[in-house]
Parts: sequence; structure tokens; C-alpha cells
Amino acid sequence: MTVTTWATLAALGAFHGLNPAMGWLFAVARGLQERSRAVLLRSLLPIAAGHLASVGIVAALVTATRSVTASTTLAVVGGVLLVAFGLWRLLSQRHFRWAGMRLSAAQLAGWSFLMSSAHGAGLMLLPVLVTEPVPGGHPGHLSAAPVGALAGLAAAGVHTVAMLGTALVIAMLVYQVLGVGVLRRAWFNVDRLWAGVLVTAGLVTLIRA
Amino acid sequence: MTRWTPDPTFYPSPREAATAPAEKLAYVAAFDRTASRPDAIVVLDTDPDSPDYGRVVGWTDLPHLGDELHHFGWNACSSALCPTAPHPHVERRYLIVPGLRSSRIHVVDTQPDPRQPQVVKVIGPEELAERAGYSRPHTVHCGPDGIYLSALGGADGAEGPGGIAILDHTTFEVRGAWEADRGPQFLAYDVWWHLTQDVLVTSEWGTPSMIEDGIIGELLLGRRYGHAIHFWDLAKRRHVQRVDLGDAYQMPLELRPAHDPTKSYGFVGVVISVEDLSASIWLWHRDGDAWAVTKVIDIPAEPADPANLPDLLKPFGAVPPLVTDIDLSVDDRFLYVSCWGTGELRQYDVSDPMRPVQTGSVHLGGIVRRTAHPAAPDEALAGGPQMVEVSRDGKRVYVSNSLYGAWDDQFYPDGVGAWLAKLDVDVDAGGLTPDERFFPHGDEFRGLRVHQTRLQGGDASSDSYCFP
Repeated sequence: MTVTTWATLAALGAFHGLNPAMGWLFAVARGLQERSRAVLLRSLLPIAAGHLASVGIVAALVTATRSVTASTTLAVVGGVLLVAFGLWRLLSQRHFRWAGMRLSAAQLAGWSFLMSSAHGAGLMLLPVLVTEPVPGGHPGHLSAAPVGALAGLAAAGVHTVAMLGTALVIAMLVYQVLGVGVLRRAWFNVDRLWAGVLVTAGLVTLIRA
Repeated sequence: MTRWTPDPTFYPSPREAATAPAEKLAYVAAFDRTASRPDAIVVLDTDPDSPDYGRVVGWTDLPHLGDELHHFGWNACSSALCPTAPHPHVERRYLIVPGLRSSRIHVVDTQPDPRQPQVVKVIGPEELAERAGYSRPHTVHCGPDGIYLSALGGADGAEGPGGIAILDHTTFEVRGAWEADRGPQFLAYDVWWHLTQDVLVTSEWGTPSMIEDGIIGELLLGRRYGHAIHFWDLAKRRHVQRVDLGDAYQMPLELRPAHDPTKSYGFVGVVISVEDLSASIWLWHRDGDAWAVTKVIDIPAEPADPANLPDLLKPFGAVPPLVTDIDLSVDDRFLYVSCWGTGELRQYDVSDPMRPVQTGSVHLGGIVRRTAHPAAPDEALAGGPQMVEVSRDGKRVYVSNSLYGAWDDQFYPDGVGAWLAKLDVDVDAGGLTPDERFFPHGDEFRGLRVHQTRLQGGDASSDSYCFP
């Protein structure tokens, strides 16, 4: 993968990390509830793990599939999927439903997995992954799939590290310095922007295909 | 359509909410006891700089007759900022208005003109019955995953169990009954929660047949009305613990948990003790792994000449205080207690919730006293302070005077009238003073009785917070 690819994956990670719905706000809430910064910090790891699982599954699937099928087909299917999902996110008024805030680390990871998946976090990586040269340079062989999947997992890993780093910085900033009052002014509607990014990414993928 | 920034009336913490600007309007549920005219949502002007201050400035008739409006609530509130399922870009805009007698649920849009709300959706009793198995919808709370609506009765004429129905945040359709396992719970009334602790609390009144034609003396003296509160696992929707106050303590109604999400206590008001007609306030709190209740306020009955009492009370020769509503200020400092029988609103400093200290009292109406309002000193008032609502900054308290149609008629048989008063609070020292400029009453309500008040932008009983 090129430097640009890694940078793009990291930038998308930062974008996901920035979204309060992706977990940093939950970590802050847990820290405030227990009056403990350690609780905040401990909460971020399972949140990142859940995000990694959600993104990793999509990334591994995409890269493994790319290793065995024509990239145009994948790009077209992926692009259409992205546009459709993005439009649905944009137009649907439904929000993620969840009641219950006292979660174990495993439940927290599960929450994060569901939250990331419902937002299509992994899908957002699709345009980056489908334009990458196929690892090994021999597409069309089934034996290339595991190598492809590994590349996908590496991409998800880099993405998640960036996501975790961003979430950590913002969570600490809000917990230590700004206070949750900042939410009232600064909680920009990331969901709408997010949906727009999904649609754009889908269109870019389709145009390049 | 969603907003780009959070609804400005959402606050992450009670501390922030207490800095909210003063409400400019109040919405009041008004009902026609004779069911010959539609019930209404009435809009009051609460802006002291307005020429219409203290007057009715909007009136929205409901489409049917005989709903008996009682409690109502917002489609969304500060709980939208809760981190597990955040949706802060929705609007606090729709009032969810149940008909306690008709079981119809109305959705009332307060936009574009907040003074002229519009009924935009009516959910029939059949939808509530088919999807949730409930009737007689009552308390509305905006939850993280939907709108929680308590209901007193079962479906298709069944007396119970009462319980909680969940409405969709967006479409307001009834999604179903909330309970996965209700344990021994049968009676229902109020519901609220400790949101960040996954704890939901419910209280008990009576089944439809026990209340709809008036309070039934034999059932009361037989200690058959509710006398317990229930604790539930909010995430698993399971009953956890029933805490019995003792069967002498009939009708624990309004539940007021601390707004501070790190606190694990709350207050519940008990209407009457059958032993001495007193009313009481109980504190629920943790006791090891379990929940416990402790009586923290006792309000005795007042002796009275039977000649001045309604038939129901003549044998007792005393006026019961009848604590029918309580409200806790957003900063969890003051508890307001309505004594609807004796016609008094009391204010307690509950900074130490185990040891409340009375800091204020205002008399208005009352079964025997009939205290007039200073704005109309020659008019003896019927009814008493009943539904009480506190502004977010804690500086203003609104009380209305009707309890429930059939019960009004028993305790105030010569007519309960209709009035709503505003009291100013001394937030430093404590204390309450009636605002002489704010006393809508009598004909202003066009013959309807007034029940719950909701303040524009939220109030002390409308919002829950996920951050301390």
C-alpha cells in the first residue's frame, strides 16, 4: 500500500474517532459516572476493539474478494452498496437504539461493534481498498484470498489506531478541560456529514471502476 | 428533518440545565369533566415582560370528546445526549398527550407557532391495546431508545397488569410492551429512572375500576390500593425488587429521582395513610445490593368540623393532606410537596435527602380553608395545589388545582373550579411567594379543569441527564 493509502485510512480513522457516537463520549460518561479518569481510559480499549472488529470484517472481505475477482465488478457492487447505504443513512430518521449503560468490557466492545456496523464504518474504507493494487500481483487465484484478507486487516488496524488516538485526545480534552457543556455547541451533526461521505465515496468508486 | 447542532434545550448535565433561560410559555392539559366539549392543550404566557403575562394565549382543542387529559411529555429531551444511543439533532417539538380515560394518545406539534400547537397524530386505544396490551396511558418520559409511556390498565377491558409501552421516537407508533419479566408487579402509575445506573422505578395507584368512578372507601380502608414501588433492570427490562411501604401507606404516586446521575436516591409521595389520614414522603436509596425506602416526611391530617367536610370525610372529622404530586428541583436541592386536601404547597430543603428541612409554605384553596389567591382576595378557592412544576433554574413554581375528574367531585363536591398559580422561589434562603400578576383562573379556562403543566424548553420533571 502507498503512503497515501495509509494516510487516507488513518484520516478516516480520525474522522470516526471524532464522532461522539463512536465511543469517546461513552468513555467520558463512564469516567464521569465513576469520577475516575482510569475508567475513561479503560473504556476506550474495548470500544476500539469493537470498532476494529466491525471495520476489519468489511476490509478483510473486500480485499480477499479483490484477490479473486475482477476489480471492476467489486468496485461497481461496492460503489452501489455505498451510495445506497449512504442515502439510507441520510434520509432515514431512525437512530441506533440501545438502553443500558453499565456494560462489562466485553459488552462495551459489543456495543462499539454494533454502533460502528450500524453506521457503516467499514464500508467507508471501501473506496480506498478497491483502488489498491492487488497484493502479490496475481488476481484471480483463490489462493490469493488469505493474503488479501491480511492486507485488509492491516488496513483496519491502521484505521483503528488512528480512531483510538483521536478518541483518546478528544475524550481527555472534554473530561479534563472543556467539560461536557461543549457538546451543546460543538456537537455538529456528524451523522449527516457521515452519510454524505458514504455517498461521495460510493460515487468516486463507481467513477473509477 | 434533523438539525445541524443539538437542540438548544438539551443539556448534558443538570448543572448546565439549571442555567437555562426562563420559559416564555407553558402548556397545560385541560379537560372537560362532562365530556361534552373537547379537552385541550392550553398555552399560557409566562414571559413577565409580555403584555399577556399570566394569560391564556393559545388553545388547541383535541379532536374527540372524553379523553381526560392528565399527564403529558415531550418527544425528546436531554436524554438524547446520552452516549449509548445519541440523537441530539432531533427537536424537542412534539408533546405526547395521552387521554387517561379514552386511552387515545395525541401527538401535538408545537411548531411552527409555539402558541398555536397542532394535533398531528392520534393513536387510537386499539393500537395501544393490540401492540402493548395496555390501556389508560399516563406518564410520558423521553428515553434513550424510545418514548416510555406508563399505562394503568390492561387491554380489552382487563384490569391489568398495567405497565409501560414503548413508542417509537420518530413515528410515535406503539412498539410494544416494555417488560420482559414483570415479576409480581400488577398495579402501575408513574415511571422514572436512574438512567446511567440501568435502574427503572415504577409506582402503584389502582386498576381502572378502582379509580375511574372515584376513590372507593372500602377498597381504601381495605388497603387494596397500591402500596409498593418496583425496581427494574432498565437494560434487561426485568423486575428486580418490590419494596413494600406497608399496606397502611396507600397510593405511592409520583417518583422523583435525583437528577444528578451519580446519585442513587429519589422521593416518592404517598397520598394517604389509612391509620391516621396523614400523607408522607419516602426516600428510596441503596442498601447494600438491594433497594430500601425510608419515610423522611410525615404530614399529619388537620382536624375539622364534619359539617365542613364532604361526605367521604365526615366520619373522620379531619382533612387529609392528600399529597398527590411532588417535584424535585433540577439541582436536587428543593422538594415541592402538594397537599391537595389541606390546600398547601410545601417546600423542603433536601440537600441532605435523609433529613428534609421545611423552608417554605403557601396556602391556596383547601377542602376547609379555601384560601384565596392574593390577586383575587375575595374569591374563596376550591381545589388545592396539585400538579406542581418547577422551572429549570428553580426560581419559579407552577401549580394547578385539579386532581382527577371523579376524585375532584368527591373531595370538592361543590365544584373544584380551575386555577393555576405561579410562585416565586427564594433560591438562596428558601421560601415561596405567590406572584400576584400570574393567576389565570375561572372563565379563562372556559369551563375546563387544569392538570399538568409543561414548560417550554423543559422543566424539572421532563428531562433526564447522563452526565453529572
